[in-house]
Amino acid sequence: MSKKIIPLNQLPVGALGKVAAIAAEGMERRRMLDLGLIKDTAVVSLRKSPAGDPVAYGIRGAVIALRSEEASKILVERQYQ
Amino acid sequence: MGLTNQSTSIGVLKDLYRVAPASSDDLVVALAGNPNTGKSTVFNRLTGLNQHTGNWPGKTVTNARGRYKHRGKNYILVDLPGTYSLSANSVEEQTARDFLCLGNPDVTVIVTDATCLERNLNLVLQILEITDKAVVCVNLLDEAKRKKISIDLNKLSEHLGVPVIGTSARSGKGLEELKDAVEAVALGQTKTNPLRISYEDGSDMDSVVSSLVSASEKIARETVRREATPGAVRRGAETRVSAASVQSAAVEQVWNLDRDIDRILTSRALGVPIMIALLGVVFWITIAGANIPSSILADGLFRLEELLSDFILQTGAPAWVHGILVTGAFRTVAWVVSVMLPPMAIFFPLFTLLEDLGYLPRVAFNLDYFFKKACAHGKQALTMCMGFGCNAAGVISCRIIDSPRERLIATLTNNFVPCNGRFPTLIALATIFIAGNLNGPFRSVAAAASILAVIVLAVVITLLISRLLSKTILKGLPSSFTLELPPYRKPQIGQVIVRSVFDRTLFVLARAVMVAAPAGLFIWIMANIEAGDFSLLEHCARFLDPFAKLLGLDGYILMAFILGLPANEIVVPILIMSYMSQGSMLELDSLAELSRLFADNGWTWLTAVCMMLFSLNHWPCGTTLLTIRKETQSWKWTVAAFLVPTLTGIVLCFLVAQGASLLQLV
Repeated sequence: MSKKIIPLNQLPVGALGKVAAIAAEGMERRRMLDLGLIKDTAVVSLRKSPAGDPVAYGIRGAVIALRSEEASKILVERQYQ
Repeated sequence: MGLTNQSTSIGVLKDLYRVAPASSDDLVVALAGNPNTGKSTVFNRLTGLNQHTGNWPGKTVTNARGRYKHRGKNYILVDLPGTYSLSANSVEEQTARDFLCLGNPDVTVIVTDATCLERNLNLVLQILEITDKAVVCVNLLDEAKRKKISIDLNKLSEHLGVPVIGTSARSGKGLEELKDAVEAVALGQTKTNPLRISYEDGSDMDSVVSSLVSASEKIARETVRREATPGAVRRGAETRVSAASVQSAAVEQVWNLDRDIDRILTSRALGVPIMIALLGVVFWITIAGANIPSSILADGLFRLEELLSDFILQTGAPAWVHGILVTGAFRTVAWVVSVMLPPMAIFFPLFTLLEDLGYLPRVAFNLDYFFKKACAHGKQALTMCMGFGCNAAGVISCRIIDSPRERLIATLTNNFVPCNGRFPTLIALATIFIAGNLNGPFRSVAAAASILAVIVLAVVITLLISRLLSKTILKGLPSSFTLELPPYRKPQIGQVIVRSVFDRTLFVLARAVMVAAPAGLFIWIMANIEAGDFSLLEHCARFLDPFAKLLGLDGYILMAFILGLPANEIVVPILIMSYMSQGSMLELDSLAELSRLFADNGWTWLTAVCMMLFSLNHWPCGTTLLTIRKETQSWKWTVAAFLVPTLTGIVLCFLVAQGASLLQLV
């Protein structure tokens, strides 16, 4: 089964993803890691804001809103039920 | 921080960061932890201080310190900003880390949230690397119980190697045990053996965080028990999917009720309308609720004025003494107290309730898109919310924005949001000139609706000016935006209301005496000292009049704004006094009288509109300017903060005034 790896901002609402990689460096990278987005962490896309951006994600028990720019740097493997 | 007496008075200028023990016997306790763990509640409970707690991340941006006594020893408690990590990604993390490393606390208490312990362990483990003398406080046990989560505190203590105390700081439970544990560690009675993570996989960023996360997971797995929630059954499929069962439990942990509430509050169709409606309701409650207390206060103070007046006349003092004390100082104070106090005493508690509930981050979530378009930061929505209460507090809250450029934009535009000192001005003008013909309940509704319209206008102006600033003097790219939407927490309604009302009342009264009374005195003097044919006041007004007329105002109004620099709430009293010194000595006890006074002085609906516009867009008050100077450490930006709203106001009023006369609307 081939892996389907997409940037987080393309994960549809309600879908589940598993963190594969983070395409950011330095402080930005550390901030994302500190949020809990290390490899193999489960992330679920919860809902979009009224304007479509940012999107709220469920990460390790917390609800974190990320703008599409940030979310595009987090690469996840789509998980299907 | 929040909207308290401490955070909105001139006291905000004192940075409470440097800790100097009063005597070498004092023990310094650092209070660290993730944001939103109830750290500030623990602080309040231990010190009895009124540091505000609120439910949005990044809340505690000023360090607060307080003292408490326990078993004969003195303790200094330092509340550090909430941080997720000590990696110094932000000013808050740097502050926390610096204090823990260099400030030499005798004990560090790490406050954690029992409902999401695993996440909190990240910081706990990092702190345990730096210090042996630590106590972990597992707070919000009442919330955890509500969500059917239980923590094995003993086991946790075994794993971490330090004392672990469970608390529900909100209800005061566990705090004595916490103080005991702190004492024991500080005095060396308890030997700690803190867990030290070994970074075997490597020391690059990813491996370090990975090691921390794995360690946290392992500990959480063995100490946290959750009962299955109904939602878990629905999402059982997710549980099977992920590699580690703990991770998928983490996804399911996002509490169901919160998700359902948010589904509505941030939905495409209802999110923004609900926000506006909620704001409207808050204003309506403020306006309608303030009516009766206002008239009671006005009656009472009016009677007091008569007594005071008689007393002074009886002592045979010269007329000018009566003038400055009664007609000047007292009347101005009476106005401020009867008109400003009730709305403020209602608005602040309401706002605080919303804060405690956790609604404000949802506001930022809904509006971030528009802020992004304005090249500003979504958290600016939060700083604007704070600005509603007080612009000085709003400016300080801009610290939650990391990027200096976006922080400056938020600081410079904060004044467009009318603070509580300006509300009554806006309400009075709206009530007289817009709702003037309506009666009964419709009047409050119409007044609330017009204030709402004014606020929406203020937000639009803020966004436009923010965009203008980022295209001109503050050019740059948008920075990253991550905002945590914390779980809703039921606010302690009774406590909040009582504490906030009391706090606000004290604040307004103190300001009335310290600022309004001298201002009233000053105005009376200016209005009654003649230089040539006119009083000093008239001279100034005449000088300003031509320019003011271009803006749809008059010389006295502009004077009132200028003299209102110390505090926005005295603008209207000064104006009233100026008008009254021109002729009839009215007793002002109703808005109808006020309406007549203004009309007698050449007011039209256009004047009211322009005055409202100018009130919205003029220089920040004295306290705010000083706060901006302190926050930006620069005179250049302080001057900019003065000019940006002023120029906007001048341009807008000019356009409206000239436009109306061109179109022959007036």
